[in-house]
Amino acid sequence: MIDIEQVSGGYSQEPILRDISLHIDRGSFFGIIGPNGSGKTTLVKMISGILPLQAGEIQVAGKSITAYQSRELARKLAVLPQLTSHAFSFTVKETVSLGRYAFKKGLFQTLSDEDGHIIAEVMEQTGVTQYADSPLDELSGGEKQRVFLAQALAQTPEIMILDEPTNHLDLAYQKELLDLLKDWTEKKQLTVISIFHDLNLAGLYCDKLLLLNQGKMSGYGQPDEVLKADKIQQVYHTEIEKYPHPRVPKPQMMLVPEQSNMKACNIDESMLKQSKKHIVMHVPIPLKSFSSAVTGSGMGWFDTFVNRYVDKNYQEIDHKGDMEHYLRQNGFDPNATVGMMTAVPLDTVAYLSRQGEGFSLFVVVTAGVGNAVDAAYGSKHVENMKPGTINTWIFINGNVTDEAYIQGMVTATEAKTKALRELHVMDKLTGTFATGTSTDSILIAASQQGEKLTYGGPIAPLGQLIGNTVYECTKQALKSNFERRNRE
Amino acid sequence: MQKLFTQKYLKTKQAIAYAAMSMALVGAVLLGVSIGTVHIPIWDTARMLFYGLIQAPVPESIDPTLENIVMRIRLPRVVLSGLVGASLAIAGAAFQGLLRNPLADPYTLGVSSGASVGAVMTIFFHITIPGIGIFTLPLVSIVFAILTIFIVLFFARKIDRTMRVETIILTGIIFSSFLGATISLMIALTGEELRQIIGWLLGSVSMRGWEYVWIILPFLVIGSIVLYMHANELNAMAFGEEQAKHLGVNVQRKKMNIMLAGAILTGAAVAVSGTIGFVGLVIPHFIRILIGPDHRHLLPLSVITGAAFLIIADLVSRTIIAPSELPIGVITALIGAPIFAIILMRQRKKGRS
Repeated sequence: MIDIEQVSGGYSQEPILRDISLHIDRGSFFGIIGPNGSGKTTLVKMISGILPLQAGEIQVAGKSITAYQSRELARKLAVLPQLTSHAFSFTVKETVSLGRYAFKKGLFQTLSDEDGHIIAEVMEQTGVTQYADSPLDELSGGEKQRVFLAQALAQTPEIMILDEPTNHLDLAYQKELLDLLKDWTEKKQLTVISIFHDLNLAGLYCDKLLLLNQGKMSGYGQPDEVLKADKIQQVYHTEIEKYPHPRVPKPQMMLVPEQSNMKACNIDESMLKQSKKHIVMHVPIPLKSFSSAVTGSGMGWFDTFVNRYVDKNYQEIDHKGDMEHYLRQNGFDPNATVGMMTAVPLDTVAYLSRQGEGFSLFVVVTAGVGNAVDAAYGSKHVENMKPGTINTWIFINGNVTDEAYIQGMVTATEAKTKALRELHVMDKLTGTFATGTSTDSILIAASQQGEKLTYGGPIAPLGQLIGNTVYECTKQALKSNFERRNRE
Repeated sequence: MQKLFTQKYLKTKQAIAYAAMSMALVGAVLLGVSIGTVHIPIWDTARMLFYGLIQAPVPESIDPTLENIVMRIRLPRVVLSGLVGASLAIAGAAFQGLLRNPLADPYTLGVSSGASVGAVMTIFFHITIPGIGIFTLPLVSIVFAILTIFIVLFFARKIDRTMRVETIILTGIIFSSFLGATISLMIALTGEELRQIIGWLLGSVSMRGWEYVWIILPFLVIGSIVLYMHANELNAMAFGEEQAKHLGVNVQRKKMNIMLAGAILTGAAVAVSGTIGFVGLVIPHFIRILIGPDHRHLLPLSVITGAAFLIIADLVSRTIIAPSELPIGVITALIGAPIFAIILMRQRKKGRS
């Protein structure tokens, strides 16, 4: 649809943009990103024919942009303006009707019936029909934006250009506008070119991105290729982490604030509090936690960890809701708390601190094997969600990568299984060695301070320590549980 | 149903505006011709105008001296003030639309003063360009009007690239005072009486006769038709020149056409009547309140209303302290300046909110 070849240009003699070459397909959503002053608006103005080129060529639908008459170009290409205040207040219908200017014929340029139909249609599509005779002044920012969208659509363009369309719009309107445009790229083969300030929005909606830096192309291609953390950091001079979107397969960039005053913290057993009702670990800073708990599960930042004792016959359909209720009742904030349950008496808890090279561990285990299972034959067991019986908490004073979290979990599980094996814990149903219980839970929480720990496998320094400590703790917890049972 | 109703309502509003303003114009003409030192009954005036219009001889029941007064003195004066009012009002509407600025008007932009420099030079130095005779006066004024608008806009752009409303007005007013002073100096050096000069500067349509009507008429017709052909462009440019370009307007060319037409209208009006201020400001503003900013109706309604307004203003200026006459510019300024202030205050308020 649009071919840009080695284009340079700007407002004065010294060009702002240098040597830009790109191709925009029909029906695609093309995003332009870059820091302030990188030349985004300049490029868009050159594509829309406002600024002359100093070198190179821009072709729109196979024809050089300089060869277009004003009206001819307006029939191909529409621009959604940024909202500004206007001296005169036209009505919504008058404003939208101006979109048909390029199609008017004759000396006094009257509107044809076809024009009338198109105007009515685009007003319907953008939902502004009800305001047809209201003055623009009386509309809100979002409504005004829709009116100008209708005006642009009345041009029945093949290309729509937007300069930060979401500026001044609240969140719901931003999404609404971009969803609408995205829909039209698919259904009507509309080509959309838009400047984005928000990298995440750009990543979500665009098929292709151009990253400009100081007037030059710094990245060009699929969002995944362009939105690379190191490249964005270099262009924007700010610390950024890339993360996948939780729902759609698109990259998201996270800003990382300067943390010069972050509190140093060493997690140890002094933070553990024990009662008959629950075991609580309260840490002065939030820890990046990855767990299979009842509440606060998955990945998140939490500063309180609760292992709650429940009766063996605890049957609650909404155990998550019940847990939240319990946390609130006992003065814990469910949003900042990881909550687990166990039917094991809490005085059998085992915990150990260990020191590694540049990091340290604190492991807490409560273990019971009432419903021990051999994972190889799990299908023979009827599913019953009884409260977890081996709950493993691993706290790390260190900076742990995502992959180390997962490796750490694998290592901890293997160590647990080894402990069960050594104590000859059997799956009663199958008569084989048990590998765990049916409802075990695990948590790894790290302070994310200090040196980076990139590997958690069983022979890496972190993995070694996790494996050994979990093994020791699980064994100790099981032993005290057996002793207690024997005593009873 | 609601939609149909409001749309009809808007159409009706426009129709009412056209009818009301046309009636006001007819009324203004009748009053303007009837009232004066010699009172002529309105009914006789109407009959005389009617027979005059159909080129039929006036019936004998009407006093021939009255006929003389009407046809030779009163009517040309009324027609001239109507034409001047129409020219200034439509020029004002066009300048306002073009500059997206409700405070623009031939007077505040300095165009009137520029034109009067040309007019004063022609009148007081008795210049005649061979071949065009009586049209020397309007043509020189128009050329000066065109020069002035370009110089004012050039300086306004130099001061402030975004050409804010206030910058343009300020530049126009500075030019206006400068040119006004130049004129006074010029006339004083020629030894004419200052009172007469000031009278001319404040504008007048008295003792001009039919000749002046013919001088301004062709320019009014040409200028108005050109502007009306640009009504859609003016609407588009109200949203900014860039947006107008995106909508398909050839901004550079259309802008030039509109400025030339505006300068022609202003130049011709000033040539025959001196500098009459605020007509181009007040009338379009008033019409916008009635029917909105759509130039397809704003321009023609400004013509009708501007004519009616200036006829009434002239009537007031020659009757209020009769037998002496006030310059007509005094009346328009007395009405226009407060309205200028009100628009300015409203704009500032709007800008802040």
